Amino acid sequence: MVDIRITPKPLDIKECIEWIMASECGGVDVFIGRVRSETLGSKVVQLEFEAYVQMALKELKVITNYVIETWKVENILVHHRIGILTVGEIPVIIAVSAAHRDAAFDACRYIIDTLKKTVPIWKKEIYEEGQVWVSAHP
Amino acid sequence: MTIKVLGFGIVREIFGDQAIMAELPENARIADLRIYLEDGYPKLARLASYMIACDDNYAQPTDLINDRQEIAVIPPVSGG
Repeated sequence: MVDIRITPKPLDIKECIEWIMASECGGVDVFIGRVRSETLGSKVVQLEFEAYVQMALKELKVITNYVIETWKVENILVHHRIGILTVGEIPVIIAVSAAHRDAAFDACRYIIDTLKKTVPIWKKEIYEEGQVWVSAHP
Repeated sequence: MTIKVLGFGIVREIFGDQAIMAELPENARIADLRIYLEDGYPKLARLASYMIACDDNYAQPTDLINDRQEIAVIPPVSGG
């Protein structure tokens, strides 16, 4: 099963873990992304995430389809939050269950790495002294 | 033809709106739209890169555009 969500509501770690633990797989890998307090020496006050939701859901589906074709995995969960987040909050949770750990680790890493390259979601970092859209400029 | 172009993230701010209208000749391609947009919004050319999406798919410069598609400008993504 695949559970993909983009939501303005706070992500629920417990709910995600329970969902991924429901099957009796041998290995579960979970990645939880958090908002850092500093980027390149500047103090981050908050982050603002924006998504082109319908295309982001489609691109996430492309990623999970590739994962299913490539690794022996059972279940995949990808939850991404949008809106304003403060330091320590959770923008993303990815969880993969599989019979064996290699597939779970590899698939989880592939999902977060590819999400950061292809899924239309944007992050604006807001500092005490200004704000910047991450990666927008060379 | 007149097409609606959506902008997200920094492109939404460059447009000053979630969407703008673009006037293009019939049989225009993605490359023509990029030239049109960079003429009207020179800040687009200063981005690290940007893609155009048609109906939720990344488009190629040679792809034809029609006015029934949903067109969006996708600046460098930074989710996760």
